[in-house]
Amino acid sequence: MATQQSRSAARLMMAPAVVLLLGWMLVPLIMTLYFSFKKYLPLRGDSLENGLQWVGFQNYIRFVSSSSFWPSVQTTLIIVGGVLVITVVLGVLLALLLDQPMWGQGVVRILVIAPFFVMPTVSGLVWKNMFMDPINGILAHTWRFFGAEPLQWLSQHSLESIVLIVSWQWLPFATLILLTAIQSLDSEQLEAAEMDGASSLKRFWFIILPHLSRAITIVILIQTIFLLSVFAEIFVTTAGAFGTKTLTYLIFQRVLESQNVGLGSAGGVYAIILANIVAIFLMRIVGKNLDA
Amino acid sequence: MGQITLQQVQKSFGDTEVIPPLDLTIEDGEFVVFVGPSGCGKSTLLRLIAGLEDVTAGTILIDGKDATNIPPAKRGLAMVFQSYALYPHMSVRKNIAFPMRMAKLDKAEQDRRIEQAAAALNLTDYLDRRPGQLSGGQRQRVAIGRAIVREPEAFLFDEPLSNLDAALRVGMRLEISELHNRLATTMIYVTHDQVEAMTMADKIVVLQSGIIEQVGSPLELYKTPRNRFVAGFIGSPKMNFVEGDEAVKHDAHAIGIRPEHIDVSPKGGTWSGTVGVAEHLGSDTFFHIHETGLAETLTVRAPGDVQFKHGDTIHLTPRADQIHRFDASGLRIS
Repeated sequence: MATQQSRSAARLMMAPAVVLLLGWMLVPLIMTLYFSFKKYLPLRGDSLENGLQWVGFQNYIRFVSSSSFWPSVQTTLIIVGGVLVITVVLGVLLALLLDQPMWGQGVVRILVIAPFFVMPTVSGLVWKNMFMDPINGILAHTWRFFGAEPLQWLSQHSLESIVLIVSWQWLPFATLILLTAIQSLDSEQLEAAEMDGASSLKRFWFIILPHLSRAITIVILIQTIFLLSVFAEIFVTTAGAFGTKTLTYLIFQRVLESQNVGLGSAGGVYAIILANIVAIFLMRIVGKNLDA
Repeated sequence: MGQITLQQVQKSFGDTEVIPPLDLTIEDGEFVVFVGPSGCGKSTLLRLIAGLEDVTAGTILIDGKDATNIPPAKRGLAMVFQSYALYPHMSVRKNIAFPMRMAKLDKAEQDRRIEQAAAALNLTDYLDRRPGQLSGGQRQRVAIGRAIVREPEAFLFDEPLSNLDAALRVGMRLEISELHNRLATTMIYVTHDQVEAMTMADKIVVLQSGIIEQVGSPLELYKTPRNRFVAGFIGSPKMNFVEGDEAVKHDAHAIGIRPEHIDVSPKGGTWSGTVGVAEHLGSDTFFHIHETGLAETLTVRAPGDVQFKHGDTIHLTPRADQIHRFDASGLRIS
């Protein structure tokens, strides 16, 4: 693999894949950028054939100055942050639990992964109709059983409900990655710590948690990428009402409900910028864990 | 103080008994080596003493006090693991400080002990490195440092040198022996390497399938092995065993003769055979001899300047006073 010839052959053979992938990424990106500088209202007769009117940064200014913009950014960050905290904390605890030898370990592990296989739309509907329904949902029945007034989950505590649903979906992923990380911990280290006089809580804090730091980093990075674009769960439950409108959802509304492609595209560009800001922060905070 | 007594200690994993009831006393300040082939239960025995495994039955006394149900940290023992078990995310200093931090020792005392241990183990320049940046021997020393600072009643070593290369192993062997001379603390050392056992121990405990075959000083085991297993296990190269007519001549079921107790000559001797492989070590040469009519192979040790080639006929004379005799059950006849 080191000769001049084999290297150029390798480049040649990789070229189609690279070109395809680049095209895959670049074409939508360039189209989004293009539309974001145009007035494009299909219902008002704008179309590519007739040529679109160049409007400069007008779409960008309108998108930011809309009263829904900052709340939507805030909502996005709350959902991402909330889900990350819940999944990482519970994921670590669940992974510790699943690492214990117990009867029926294999079945339990598969059951734990199960939520990950449920489609977001389906899980959103299941939660909405079977769990959180204020009259017939399981949670309502539970509340009434204890003599409490059932919560109006999706209308009164809408953001918390969304965080709950999305956390439920992503918990298996976090648990699974953290479990494999725990299993890779050298048991002699724990024994050494035990001999050194560390209680089980201190062993967790000083040995297990530092060992997990890299896995936690990976969980956070991967989940953030997907959580920034959460959509289906919001669409089928609150449809963006009750303060659950994320940036993604706002863009969807601008493009499909208001039929304003130019404005939505500008929002898309903002979403890209937001994602990059979050990514840079994350890399700064946790990225150093990835250096070996 | 670090006297450890095992009384009728027994260990089973489920239905499998790995250590049948066993008695052993380790005196204060002794360097005791548990040696045996892999799977003989020597590591399990060490872990029982450490408290990392629960005994199925029996009592462990440390300094005369019943320690059977005391948690590992409270037994006052420090352990050095085969994998060193250093904490990879902590610097050397923090690794060594860890047991003291857990014991909530005051900072000045911690620093004093760290400096002292680091100086004793040549680690002063490496205190701020992570274990991942150290060589095998240095990691080993950090692990020992972490044990020393606890000022334990006894040190437990679980095959500490088996991950090191041969040259380093010899060096660390000396360092651990010197450490023992300096601290005069009880040390229990588990190994499968009889050379380590012979060179370091005050007292060797030879184990096989959880049973103590013999306890004694290295020379006792070498000179008067209690049975064929100990005779074959202690000494390198291994003792030669001869059964059949030649053994009957000595009134035994089998006789054993160590390679170094056989004299060789090109002509005239008690036995004769053909030279197979010759291993030249410089100072000595080991000849593997075939077609003696006694055993499949006999190993003899000759001075390094003795020259025999593959296929040469060689004559062997065992030293009569060095022949070990064993009965049919493998026990020594004295």
